[in-house]
Amino acid sequence: MADANILLEVRNLSTDFGMKRGTVHAVIDVSFAVHEGEVLAIVGESGSGKSVLSLSVMGLLQHPGRVVSGEILYKGTDLLGLSRGDMRDIRGNHISMIFQEPMTSLNPVFTIEDQLTESIRTHMKLDAKAASARAVDMLRLVGIPSPEKRTHDYPHQMSGGMRQRVMTAMALSCDPDLLIADEPTTALDVTIQAQILALIGDLRNKIGMAVLLITHDLGVVAETADRVVVMYCGQVVEEATALELFERPLHPYTLGLLRSIPTMEDTETDEPLYMIRGMVPNPLNMPKGCAFADRCERRMERCKTEMPPLYDAEGRKLRCFLFDPSADPAAGRVAS
Amino acid sequence: MTDTTREPLIRLEHLSKFFPMDTDVFGRTTSVLKAVDDLTLDIFPGEAFGLVGESGCGKTTVGKMMVDLYRPTAGEIWYEGQDLAKLSKRERRGRCCDIQLIFQDPYASLNPRMTVGEIISEPIRINRLVPREQIADRVGYLLNAVGLSANYRNRFPHEFSGGQRQRVGIARALAMQPKLIVCDEPVSALDVSIQAQVLNLLSDLREEFGLTYLFIAHGLNVVKHISDRVGVMYLGRLVEVAPKRELYRNPLHPYTKALLSAIPVTNPAKRTQRILLEGDVSSPIDPPPGCRFASRCYAKSGCASCACDTAMPELVEVSPGHFVSCHLFDEGKRVLDAMPR
Repeated sequence: MADANILLEVRNLSTDFGMKRGTVHAVIDVSFAVHEGEVLAIVGESGSGKSVLSLSVMGLLQHPGRVVSGEILYKGTDLLGLSRGDMRDIRGNHISMIFQEPMTSLNPVFTIEDQLTESIRTHMKLDAKAASARAVDMLRLVGIPSPEKRTHDYPHQMSGGMRQRVMTAMALSCDPDLLIADEPTTALDVTIQAQILALIGDLRNKIGMAVLLITHDLGVVAETADRVVVMYCGQVVEEATALELFERPLHPYTLGLLRSIPTMEDTETDEPLYMIRGMVPNPLNMPKGCAFADRCERRMERCKTEMPPLYDAEGRKLRCFLFDPSADPAAGRVAS
Repeated sequence: MTDTTREPLIRLEHLSKFFPMDTDVFGRTTSVLKAVDDLTLDIFPGEAFGLVGESGCGKTTVGKMMVDLYRPTAGEIWYEGQDLAKLSKRERRGRCCDIQLIFQDPYASLNPRMTVGEIISEPIRINRLVPREQIADRVGYLLNAVGLSANYRNRFPHEFSGGQRQRVGIARALAMQPKLIVCDEPVSALDVSIQAQVLNLLSDLREEFGLTYLFIAHGLNVVKHISDRVGVMYLGRLVEVAPKRELYRNPLHPYTKALLSAIPVTNPAKRTQRILLEGDVSSPIDPPPGCRFASRCYAKSGCASCACDTAMPELVEVSPGHFVSCHLFDEGKRVLDAMPR
C-alpha cells in the first residue's frame, strides 16, 4: 500500500530491552502505516509490546529499551535518524501523544494554564497573552465548562475525566497531524469513556488529524477504529479493516479475544464464557515456533517448531500457518 | 430469583456510611461525604447479586461494611437473625467466617513475603477450622479447587501472573468455608483472555460450594454474565434493582440507560447513537437535596412537575422485582416513554 497519503510508516521495527537475565524482544519486526485522517488501532493484552511501540515512535524510549532495527518514516523522513532538537520539533508540532494515566501525567504544582501554555509557546512561538487565549480555546474545544476559570485550577482540583480532557487539549494544542493515544480511556468510568471517545472522533472530523489508538479494549476499537492491528508477544498477528476484523476474525488469537468478551447480546441461556487457555509465554523464554501455539486450539505440528511469517491472505495480513497459501491443508503437504 | 417469600441470606436495611470531611474549631463535623446513603437490599441464598456503578458511587463501601472493614454510620445488616452492625468485635469474630472478600487488585492484596501456602493456611490456622495436621491437605484441596497445582504452595506471589494471583485470592476466601463472598471488581485488573477464565471459575465454584455472591463491578457487561439480579448505584443511592434480563431488556432509570448505552459494542457495524451524559459525576460531599442524578439527567425536562431538584425519589416497585428510584416513575405518573431517545 504505497499511497501518497501515508502519514506515518513503520517498517520492520524491532525494540529490545537488555535485562540482567537476558534480552526481551518487546517489539519484533512490526510494520504498519497510518494514512491521513485515519484511525488505526493497535490492540493487544499487557505485554504485547503495544506501549513500547508507541514510545519508540515518539522517541521516548528509556534505558534499557532500544530500537535495534527498522525505520519510522514520518512524511518520508526517518525519525530514528533525527537529532534530539529536530525530534522535539516533530513531537508536539506534528505528532503528539495522550498518555495512559491522567492522574500522573500532569504536574501537580503547576496550574492547567501553565502546563498548556508551555507547549503552545514552545512550539507555536506565541506570546504569553496569545498562548493563554489559545489554552482557553483548547479547553473549550475539549468540553471543559467555564474554561476561563478552570484554566487557573491545579490538576488535583479536577476529576479524572476532566484531567484526561486537559491532557487531550494539551496534545491537540499545536494542531498535530497525528495523535498517538495510549489507552486514553482505560482509567476512566464508562460514561466518561464514552465522552472522550466521542470527543476524539469529533476532533478528527473537525481538524482532520490521524489517530494511532493503542488499547487493550476491543470495545473501544469497535467504536472508533478504521483499521486494526492485533499484536501478540511483540508481533503483528492480524491486520484488517475494523469492519472485516469484527465481522470475521481469522487469527485464532483474535477469534479467542473476541469470543471471551462478555457480550451484551440478549441470550436466554447462560453458557460459560469462551476462554483462551493458558498464559502468555515468558518474554525471556519465548517458544521457538509461533508464540500463540501453546494456547491455540488449531495448533498444527509445524506451529511448535516454525515461526509463521505474516501472510497476505483473505484481503488482510495474518501470521498463522492456517492461512499459508502454499500449503494444501487437505493433502497436508506443501503444494508449490 | 424475585421470590419475595423466600428468606434473604443477608438483608441491608437503611444502611448509610458517612465520612466526616471537615470540622469546625469545636470539632463539630461541618462537611460529610455520603458514600452510602440509605441503602436497602436483600440478597437471597445461592444467588449472585451484581452491584454496578462508577467510581465513587459507594459500591465498594457497601462491600466493606458487609465484611466489617467499615462500621455503618446508620442502618442494620441482618444476617441469620443478628444485626452484624451492632455486634461487638468479639462477637463478630465468630460470624466473620461466613462472609469473605475477594479484592480488586491481585498485585496488592497478597503479602509478598508469604508463600501461597502460608497465605491460604493463615485464616485456617487462626480460626482453627481444621486440626493442625490436616491443614496441608486442605491447602492442597483449595489450590486444586481454583485450578492451581498443589505444588505451587511453596511459591511466592511474585512468581505468578495476575490471573493466577487472583485465583490465590479466591482460594484464601474459600478457606474460611464462607456462605457469602463479596467480590470487589475481581476481574477489572486482568486482561480480557484471563478475565474469562476467572469469571468461569467463579461460576463453577458457586455451584460446587453453594456460594452466594455480591459481585461488585463498574461495567454492566461483566456483571451481566455472572449475576442473577443487578442493582445500579449512583452517588451512594441505589437507583434501580431488577432481575438481570429484565434490567438489560427494559432499563427504566435514565442513568441505567446511559450506562448501558455507554458500553462499547463489539461489532463496528452496530455502532449506535449513544446517550452521552453531560458533565462529570457530581461530588458526594454535601450533596444537594433532591435526586443525585438531577444535574446530569437528560430526562428531567420530560416531567416538569417532578420534584427532581428538591425531593429525593423513593425506590418503588414498578413491576414484580423491578425497583426504580426516579420521579418519572412515582405512582400515577408513569411517563415511561416520555424520555428522549
